[in-house]
Formats: sequence, structure tokens, C-alpha cells
Amino acid sequence: MAEARKVAGSVVNFGVVAAFTGFAAFPFAWMAITMFKQTRDLLDPAGNPFIYHSPPTLEHLRVLFQDTLFLHWVGNTIFVGVVVVLITLLLAVPAGYSLARLTGAAGERLGIGIFLTYLVPPTILFIPLSRLVAMLGLQDSLWALVLVYPSFTVPFCTWLLMGFFKVIPKDLEEAAMIDGHSRLGAFVRVILPMSVAGLLTTIIFSFTLVMQEFVYGLTFITSSKNLTISVGVPTFLVRGDVYFWGSLMGACFLASVPIAILYNLFVDRFIAGFTVGAVKG
Amino acid sequence: MTAPAVSRARFEARTGGVADSPTWLGRLMLAPAVLYIGLVVAVPFLMAIGYSFSSVTIGTSTPRFVGLENFRAALQDPSFLKALGNTFIFSLVSQTLVIVLASILAIALQRKFRGKWLVRLLILLPWVAPISLGSIGWLWILDPIYSVINWTLRHLGIFGPDTWPIWLGQPKLAMTSVIGVHVWRTMPLATVISLGGLSSIPQDIHDAAEVDGAGFFRHLFVITLPLVLPILLVAVLFGLVFSITDMIVVYVLTRGGPFDSTQVLASLAFFKSIDGGDLSGGAAVALFLLPVLAVCAVLLLRLARRAEVT
Amino acid sequence: MATVETRALRKEFTGHTAVDGVDLAIREGEFLVLLGPSGCGKTTLLRMIAGLEKQTSGDILIGGRVVNELPPRTRKIAMVFQSYALYPHLSVASNIAFPLKAQGAPRESIAGEVERAAKMFGIERLLQRKPRQLSGGERQRVALARAMVRHPDVFLLDEPLSNLDAKLRNLARDELKQFQRRLGTTTIYVTHDQVEAMGLGDRIAVMSGGKVRQLGRPQEVYDEPADTFVAGFLGSPPTNLVTIDGVLVGFRPEQLLPPGAAATEGAGPIVPMRFSVDRVENLGAGRLLYGTLPDHAPNEKIIVSLAYTVHSSIEAGRTYEFRVHQSNLKFFDPATGLRVPARPLRRTG
Repeated sequence: MAEARKVAGSVVNFGVVAAFTGFAAFPFAWMAITMFKQTRDLLDPAGNPFIYHSPPTLEHLRVLFQDTLFLHWVGNTIFVGVVVVLITLLLAVPAGYSLARLTGAAGERLGIGIFLTYLVPPTILFIPLSRLVAMLGLQDSLWALVLVYPSFTVPFCTWLLMGFFKVIPKDLEEAAMIDGHSRLGAFVRVILPMSVAGLLTTIIFSFTLVMQEFVYGLTFITSSKNLTISVGVPTFLVRGDVYFWGSLMGACFLASVPIAILYNLFVDRFIAGFTVGAVKG
Repeated sequence: MTAPAVSRARFEARTGGVADSPTWLGRLMLAPAVLYIGLVVAVPFLMAIGYSFSSVTIGTSTPRFVGLENFRAALQDPSFLKALGNTFIFSLVSQTLVIVLASILAIALQRKFRGKWLVRLLILLPWVAPISLGSIGWLWILDPIYSVINWTLRHLGIFGPDTWPIWLGQPKLAMTSVIGVHVWRTMPLATVISLGGLSSIPQDIHDAAEVDGAGFFRHLFVITLPLVLPILLVAVLFGLVFSITDMIVVYVLTRGGPFDSTQVLASLAFFKSIDGGDLSGGAAVALFLLPVLAVCAVLLLRLARRAEVT
Repeated sequence: MATVETRALRKEFTGHTAVDGVDLAIREGEFLVLLGPSGCGKTTLLRMIAGLEKQTSGDILIGGRVVNELPPRTRKIAMVFQSYALYPHLSVASNIAFPLKAQGAPRESIAGEVERAAKMFGIERLLQRKPRQLSGGERQRVALARAMVRHPDVFLLDEPLSNLDAKLRNLARDELKQFQRRLGTTTIYVTHDQVEAMGLGDRIAVMSGGKVRQLGRPQEVYDEPADTFVAGFLGSPPTNLVTIDGVLVGFRPEQLLPPGAAATEGAGPIVPMRFSVDRVENLGAGRLLYGTLPDHAPNEKIIVSLAYTVHSSIEAGRTYEFRVHQSNLKFFDPATGLRVPARPLRRTG
């Protein structure tokens, strides 16, 4: 009797997990199927969409890479991503350390203040920022994004890094200072090398945030060859009313899945930082 | 001492004061970030407030102060009121669904089974993928003619051969679809956070409850859930903030239509300022988000203090 | 109250056997201590009796009925965890009431039971507090109150004193034993502290490597150890074990005495053993002497413990005529460690 209940429990559990996993992953599976299906197969409302009636094709991908600006957009996104990540590291790493170690109670409050700026949405800021961008003559330039993106990566990463640094025992810095380093030296030579995990997490998360950003990209960039993937794909892979679904889905799939795999490797640390940071303040 | 060590020592001796003093070093290390945030967030924020009290369009160079005019105009604009209502519905309904579904999933994921890493990867996909791209994926799935959902439902006999729902074309359905896609998108984060919260409960507590005689439901509702609740609430507040301020899902799926039925404050602000050129009107609309955001922020902070469990 | 029995109980994890065939018969109302170093299987054994771990093979009987398949809540047991496992979000009163509510006790009686349990441990004034507001000692009492509130047949205690301040431990030990005597409930107590075991147990089961090495009353286990492990584990400083004539000879540090020290209860012949002192430690309540037995085992270090009542003057660097009662010498097989019958000693010098 107890055995039967246990088995039933396992089945229900499995069912729940399978259902949610299916729900989450289905659109991506669908993207993958769509991108290899011939157009006449796709646009046949009567046919079974789950099978390939005509043989799968790489045509959509060819169009995507050769006939559209997709690769340009990939390049743009990578460029913006790398530069923004560098800026973020430069600003957030010292700030996070300072808040974790050097500033006491006032630091706690400032840390909270910085975190709160993360909550100020682009939908409020994009209006004045678009004026600012125009004034600086950066309209339609990727540099506008480079300038503005750290406004959300820096607060978030400062808070994340604060959590990471807090967990490292103070003894290590003190030992380094006794051994002959200044506080700064101790930070550079002892703490930073130990925080590689935290730094990598920061890099991955900043890059992901950059890839996902839409509002600023849509507002500041106007010419199609300067777009990032996130804005280019939904707006420019459409010619009038005709959606090139095959290429569109190919672009979506290729731009989503690899970064998701990378992100997955680091999500544990993010959650640890999240719960520690949120709980211990 | 070797040459680099000597010059390093000299360098550190020279900057003696700053490199050693916690207060000055702290301020120096914090300054760049604070300065940047001040310039790129705080100043524009104040500018946005300024715009909302003046009349600025994409063309004008000198703003005029108009007091509460923009806000008054907004409150009388039926589009605005619709968007306000939609924002509430969109945020509250989606996040309620998220918290319930995420809790269920997190509890189901407590059990050990093989391939968990794959499950987690798949479950995180909606959250990690760029928002616009995931939404486009759903645009295809919900297409008026070629929707795979509709084909499946027709084949299962639920709809006749000539009737099928236009997911993004009929007002009530469109709202449902938009909420659904948003739930799909935000559930993973809530789940992972809940999982973190669940695993932070010491095993001893579960054992004690078992020995004390708690059955499945009592164990779940009296012991497990109350102990996860603080972290769950943090996740929900984050989700609420993201929902209230999000315009991407609406923009990509429906552009706010049909007939404003899926327009939310964030998307309305965008269309007003960029498409309509009315920067002040857009700013005013966007600023209506502020009070709710402020409340969420305060609640978040209170919760973060009280979330200490053991 | 009830008897507890395990028959050929085994628990295997991938890679190692935690409990390797344990047979125990615990009497009604008995206070049995499972004593051993960490990793010996005592906690696993306790958890199997509780139903928190499923045994690989063997039987567990509580009150004469087989409970192998039964979940913890139906075994009529209560458990106090090393961490106390108090529900952090519930008040002390709710913590104590929890098992009653879980088992469906009538609402009107719960408050009264909680009061009674709280009174028994002197924690009535703490009823509305939360666990994080209590001291270690107070939390321990709450854990005990929660355990006894539904009058279980068996108490299972997993190192409940190890989280207390050393100073509190003696007092807590005393209270615990008195409380158990009063209630008369069968109790199984896990610890690695042999002083606790000697002080609390009606019987002690000394465990190592998943097996019970010896089961007996404290004095039995102390005076007549079944093997070298038991001999070495009980008593502090540990038993001296020296090889004389190809056999292991053990005697306790307090059993080797200088001339003039009053003879202890052990009657029978005296064996003289010359003792060469290398170092003297004066500990206040007594002295520890470090040295060797030049005639019997000149290369092995031994420790002698002199109580403060022994007034003989001892200096480092000198050799004295010490003696030990024949009956205090225990002999062990050097290969197996098991106890062998006594035999006469021969001096080598």
C-alpha cells in the first residue's frame, strides 16, 4: 500500500516536471524544426506541422547568413557586449569590494541605493537618454549603447559582487597586509584571484543582460546595419507584411540556445549570490 | 628584493595613505560607479521628471513649464486609462500564476532524478533567451493562420475545421496570450530562486517534522512553504517590477493592439514619445509607474531584512 | 514505554557499510547509550530505528512488533536532534504543540499538554518566543519538551548535549538522567563522549566500524573491555597498552600506583612494575606521569594518573617501584585485539 502510494507520487512528480519542461522548451524546439523546413511546407495550413513533408533544407540559414544583416548584428552585439562587460568590470568590481569591506553601515545603505537604481526602468529613462544621445551626436551609433548599457549592468553586478566578496574571510586580507601588502595590494593580489568564479559570473550575466536589451537599442539605433540581434531580428527580418519564418526562427534559435548553455553553467553562483545578498543585506 | 618588488613597494609607499586607508580607498573604489550611475541614471531620471512637467517634443529645443498638464491629460485619455488597467491585470495575473507554478515546479524538482542538469537547462531557456527573440518564437506559434497550437487543437477535435482562435487578434485572447508568454518568460527565474530557498532549509527540520508525525500536506503547508516564503516573496517582487516595466512582449506580439486591449503603460509611453513625438506625454505616462515601483522597492527591502530564517 | 530490538541490522551505502549486522535487545525503561567515534554507525543505527533511513537488511522491533516498513510517525517514537531542529518560524508553544496537532489530538487538550511539558522543563515563560531568541540550553529544553509531549514509547537522542557550553553540560546531563528516570521511557542515546556515556547509560553499546564491540553496564565495559578498541575508547587518559612477551597487556593510568598509595578495591596479588618517569604534569586535581616500564616494555611510552590524594613525591628522571593489582592487568591478542585469559608476566630486564 505504501509502495503503491510512493509509485503514484513518483509518477505525478515526473509528470509535473515533464509538463513544465515541455512548456518551457517547446518554443525552442519549434524554432529548430521550423528553421529547417521548406517554406512551402511551413505555409501549408492543412499539413501536419510536426513532420517534414518536404526534405529539410538549409536554405533559410543560407538566406539568414548571406542575404540579411544577421551576421552584422551578431558582430554588433558582440562588440557592444565585450566593451560593456569591460566597463562593467572596471566600475562594479571595485565598487562591490568597497561596499563589501570598506564602507560599513553607510556602505550598506549606499549598496541598497545602487541596487535600487537597477529597478528604475528603461521605459522611464529612454526618453531623456535619447535626448542626451542626440546631444552627444551618438544618434544611430553603437557607442550610444556602450554608453548607456552599463546603467543596468553596473548596479546589478555591483550588488552581485558585493555578495561574493562578503563571503571571503577577512583573515586572508589581514594576512596579506601583515605579509607586506597595502589594502589595495591585498585586494589585487589575494582577493581578485580568489574571486574568479564571481568575476566569470559577472561577465556572463552582464553579457546576457546586454543581449536581451531591447528598448534602448530600438530607440537609439535607426539604420539597419547598426542594430543588435535583439532589435534587428524582430524588426528587420520582416519585409512589409511577409515574415520570413524560416530564417526568423533560425536567427532566434541561434541567438538563444548557445548563450543559454553558457548561462546554465553559472546560474548556481548567481542564485547563491542572490539569496545571500537578499537575505543578509 | 627583486626589481619589481622594489618599485611596487615604492609605489605603495607613495600612495601610502590611500592604498591603506579603508575610508579613502573605499571612497575611491566606489567613486567611478557612483559617478557613472549618477550621470547616466540619476540625471536622466530627474530630466524625465522635468519633462513630465513641461512640454517637450522631439522637435522643440526649449521646454515650457506646464505644471500638471501632462498628468491631467493622461488621466483623461481613454488609451491611458485602458493601459493603466491592463498594466495591473498583466502584472498581477502573470505573477500570481508565476508564483504558484514556480512553487509547484520547485517542489517537484526537489526529488532526485537523473538528467536534472538537462531539465534545468531547458527550464531556464525562456529566461535566458533575449526577450524579443522568445516573443517572436511565440508570434510564429500563435500565428493566425499557421499556429501549431491551433492545428493540434483542431486535430484533437476541440475546434471544428473552420473555427479557431486568433490568439493575438481577438482582444480578450490577446491579453491572455500576452500574459501567457510573459509567464513563460518569468517563471524560470522564480523557480530557480525558489529552489535555492527550498534547499536552504536544513534537512533536520524535515526529519523532525517526519518524526513528529506530519503528513504530506501538513509538512508542505505548515513547515516547508512558510520557510520558503520570504525568498519566494523576493522573487515575486522582482517579477512584479519586471512585469510592470516591460514593454517588449507587448511590442513584439501585438504592438499594443488590437484596439489597445494589450497596451500597457510601458508600451504606451514608448509609442507616445517615439512614434508620436510627444516626449512630455510619454514621460508623464512612464512616471505613473513610479509609485508602484517605489512601493515594491520598499517591500523588497523590508523582506530582505526579515528573510533570515535560522 | 516499550522494548526495542534490532536483529542482524545492516545498512549499506554505495562504497561502505555503515551498520554491519547489529543485534541489540533494549529493555523497557532502559537508558542505552550508543557510544563510538564519528563514522562508527551509531547515528545511522539510530536513524534506522527512527525510520528516517531504510535498512538494507535485518529487522527492527519496537514493543515486540516489527516496524521495518512503518514510517516514523507510526512508530510511537520521539527524537531530539543534535541541532534540536526547532521550527524557526513557529513559537516555542507552537513547536511543542506541533506533534500533537500532526497526530490529530483534540484541540482543547493541546494547550494543557503544552503547558505541562513546558512546566516539566521550566520553560513556561518562553512559550511565546521564537527559537532564535533562545539560548542553547533553552533550545535544548524546548526540543525535549517537544519530544515528550505526546508520551512516546521510545526516546531517541542524537548527541543532544554536544552543542552546549562545556560548563552547562554536566548540569544538563544530570537533569536529563533525572528526567528519564522520572518518566521511565526507554531511551536510546547516541554520543561520542565516553564521559557522557559512563555517566548516563544503564548500559553502553560501544561501536566501531558498524559493529557493536561490547554491550554492558558502564562498570563492566570499563573494567572488563572485550577488546583493545573498547579498552582504548573508554577512560581518559586512554588505557596503556604495551607488548610484553608477545601479548598485549593493558592497564589503566590510575591503576599503576607508587608504593605507599592506598591499595584499591581489587583484591589479589600485586605485580611490581618499575616505572621510569620522563615528565610530570601537575593538573591541579591530580598529576600525570609520562614514562616507560624499563623491565617490561622499555621502548613504549605509558601514562600514569595520580589522584591528588596520592601524596608520594615523584620527580622526573627517576625510577620508582610502582605496582599494579594482578586483576587490573587485561590481556589482548595482538593480532585480533580481542581479550584473552590472564597469564603471569615475566620481566625482560
